[in-house]
Amino acid sequence: MSLKLKKGVNKQSAYNLRDPNLDYEAAHTLSIIVDNESGVLARVIGLFSGRGYNIDSLTVAEVDPDGHRSRITIVTTGTPKVINQIKAQLNRMIPVHEVIDLTLKGKAVQRELAIFKVVANGNQRVESLRLADVFRAKVVDSTLKSFTFELTGTSEKLDAFAELMAPLGLKEIARTGIVALLRGDNSS
Amino acid sequence: MGILGGAILPIYDELFQQKKIKHILVRHEQAATHAAEGYARSTGKIGVVFVTSGPGATNSVTGLTDALMDSVPIVVISGQVPTFMIGNDAFQEADTVGITRPCTKHNWLVKDTNKLAETIHKAFEVAGSGRPGPVLVDVPKDVQFASGCYTKKNEIKKNFIKKDPSIDLNMLDEAISRLELAERPIIYSGGGVINSGQSAVNSLRNLVAGTNFPITSTLMGLGSYPASGKNWLGMLGMHGTYEANMSMHDCDFMLCIGARFDDRITGRIDAFSPNSYKVHLDIDPSSINKNITVDAPLIGDVSQILSVLIARWKERGSKVNKKKLSAWWKSINNWKGIQSLGYENSSSVIKPQYAVQRLEELTKSYNRFVSTEVGQHQMWAAQFMGFEEPNRWMTSGGLGTMGYGFPASIGIQIAHPTSLVINVAGEASWLMNMQELGTAVQYQLPVKQFILNNERLGMVRQWQELLHGERYSHSWSDALPDFVKLAEAYGIKGIRCEDPAMLDDSIREMIDYPGPVIFDCLVEKHENCFPMIPSGKAHNEMILGEQTEENSISDEGAVLV
Repeated sequence: MSLKLKKGVNKQSAYNLRDPNLDYEAAHTLSIIVDNESGVLARVIGLFSGRGYNIDSLTVAEVDPDGHRSRITIVTTGTPKVINQIKAQLNRMIPVHEVIDLTLKGKAVQRELAIFKVVANGNQRVESLRLADVFRAKVVDSTLKSFTFELTGTSEKLDAFAELMAPLGLKEIARTGIVALLRGDNSS
Repeated sequence: MGILGGAILPIYDELFQQKKIKHILVRHEQAATHAAEGYARSTGKIGVVFVTSGPGATNSVTGLTDALMDSVPIVVISGQVPTFMIGNDAFQEADTVGITRPCTKHNWLVKDTNKLAETIHKAFEVAGSGRPGPVLVDVPKDVQFASGCYTKKNEIKKNFIKKDPSIDLNMLDEAISRLELAERPIIYSGGGVINSGQSAVNSLRNLVAGTNFPITSTLMGLGSYPASGKNWLGMLGMHGTYEANMSMHDCDFMLCIGARFDDRITGRIDAFSPNSYKVHLDIDPSSINKNITVDAPLIGDVSQILSVLIARWKERGSKVNKKKLSAWWKSINNWKGIQSLGYENSSSVIKPQYAVQRLEELTKSYNRFVSTEVGQHQMWAAQFMGFEEPNRWMTSGGLGTMGYGFPASIGIQIAHPTSLVINVAGEASWLMNMQELGTAVQYQLPVKQFILNNERLGMVRQWQELLHGERYSHSWSDALPDFVKLAEAYGIKGIRCEDPAMLDDSIREMIDYPGPVIFDCLVEKHENCFPMIPSGKAHNEMILGEQTEENSISDEGAVLV
C-alpha cells in the first residue's frame, strides 16, 4: 500500500501549491477607523502577523477624542485577492468601524515626517545645510558639529533626502510612517 | 460548565447563593469549553463557561479555537488576578486577553465593575450574532468583589454589532438565471445552514425538493438535508463519497450554502470543479474568494438569502433544465453504483465500518445525538451514520480536536437529559479527556462512549502507511487501560466486544443500560478509511479501497497536511 516516497523529495513548499497563478502584488494604503480601546492595535497587528500579511508602514493616533476613535493607516503589499481578504478580515473585527482602501478610492494625500541627524565638518556641513534648503527641510537642532533636520513629504522624498545625506555624515533617522487622507471634499 | 480556582471564587460564591443558574462542575477547563460547544450546537443556544485565571484560562484556549473554527457561540468568563496586580507576574496570572485574542471573536478585560453588566451583555450579543463564535470576558478578582451599577440589556448601544449587508439582487437574479439553465447542478451545504437555524434548513430542503438538484454536505453540514432524502449524495471532501466528489468536479453550476471551501473539501485548488459557475451564500464576507474564487457571492444570513432566492425563482416560474438534469442524475447514479463506502467484512474480527453501521442501524430510531472525537472513527461515523435533522451531529471539524467528543457528549446530555447521546470515539482521542468520567458520574449523565479501539492513532497510521514508507513512528497506543475495569472504577458500566457475532447484542446492552457506558469495541487494527482524496489531488483523483495507491500522492502533495 505504501507510496514509497523517497525521503527529502519535497523540494517545493506547500505554499507554492496554494496559489499557482500568483497575481501581481501592489501596495495599498488602508485607513482604518477603530475604537480607541486597549488592545485594539494588538488585534490589528495580530491579524496581519497571524495570517501572514505584510505591513510596510503603520501609524496610529486618536483622531476623535469625543468618540474615542483612532485612525490606523497601514501600507500593505499583496495580490488583489490578498488585499480583499485583509479588508474583509479587518471589517470582521468588533472595534473596527470602517476600512477605506485609499489606493482604490482615488487620489490620496500621503505624507510622512522624518528627523535626520547629520554629523559633519567643513564643506560637508555646508553642503548638508544647502541640500536641506533645497528639500525645504527645517533645522530643528544644531551643535557646532551637527544638524538635526525635520522633513515632511512623500516617502520617496524622504528616501531621496536620506540617500543624499548618507555621504554627508548621516548618523540617525527616525520616521513616523505614512498618514494619508483622500483628496477632495469627500471624507473617507 | 466550569471549574473554579482562586481568582473566580467571588463568582462561585454567588453561584452558591442562588438557584437560577445551573452549574456543571467539569474536571478540566478544556472539557468545559467542549461541553459548552456540545450544549450550544445541540440546542442553538449559547454555552457558558467559568474558568479561573492563569492555567484555567490557558486550558480553555483549545476549546475557544475549536469554537472559532466551527463558528460555535460560547461565552467564557475567566477570573483574573486583581487589577492592581496585573502585570506583576502574580500567582496564577496570565495575559488572558492577549493569549485568547486570536482565538476568540472578541474578548474583553473588565477593569471597572460599573462596566461589567454592559460587557457581559455585549459578549452574548457578539457570540450569537452574525457568524457565531466564542468570546471571553476576563474579570479581575477585585472587580468581582466590588459593587457597581447594573446596566440593562436594552440600555446598551448596539453600534458594535456588524450589520448584515443587504442582498445584492442583481447578483441574485444572475445566479437564478444560471440555476434555471444549469445542466449539471449541485448544491453543497455547510455548517452555516445549521447555524442559521431551522428556517434555513427548511428553505434548503424546499429548494432541493423544488429543483430536484443533487445535494452534498460538508462534515459540519450533515443533517441540514436528511440522509434518507432522495437527492442526498453523502458527505463530500477528503473522505467523501465518490458520487459527491465526482459531482462536485464535473458540475457546471455549484450552489455553496453556508460552507467555506475548506482545504478538506476542495482538494487541489486549481483543479477544483474547473467548469462550474459558482454561487456562494455566506454571512461572513471574509469567506468569499478566500480559497476559491466564485462567480456570484451573496453575503448575508443564509435563511434570508435562501427565502428571497426561492421566492424570486418561483416568481420566474420555478424553471430548471429538466432534460439535462435527468441525464446528470443518470451519471450520478452510475457513480453511486461504485459503492465507494464498500469494505470487505469479516466474521472473525469486527471491522470498524461494520461497527458504526450496526450502531447506526440499532440507534437510528431513537431520539439520538452523536458526537465524535477526531480521526478515522470520525470519518466512518460521518460516512455510515445518517442524520435526518440538524443539531444532531457534533464533531470538531475545523480544528480537528482529539478529545472533543466525550466532553461534548456531556454538554449535549445536559441539554437533552432524556435523549440517547453517543460519542463515537477512537481510543487515543477518548483518553485525551477521559477525566470527564467524573462529571458523567456526578451528574448521572447516561452518555454512551462507543470506542472503536484499534490500539492505534488510526488516521496517523494510515498517513504513515501511504506517505511515510510504512514507518509507523509512535502511532500505536501502548499501555492502554482495561476500559471495562476503568468503567468499574468509576462505578459505571463497561462492555467489551471483539466478536462480530456478539456486536448487536452488546450495542443493545449499551443502549438499554440507564447510566454511562464505556463500550470498548476491539476492531481491525489496520483498516484504512476510504475513499480518500490524497492531499494535493483533485476530486476526480480519489483513492478507492480496492485500487492501488501507487504514486497516488505527489511529492508536492506530501508536504500538505
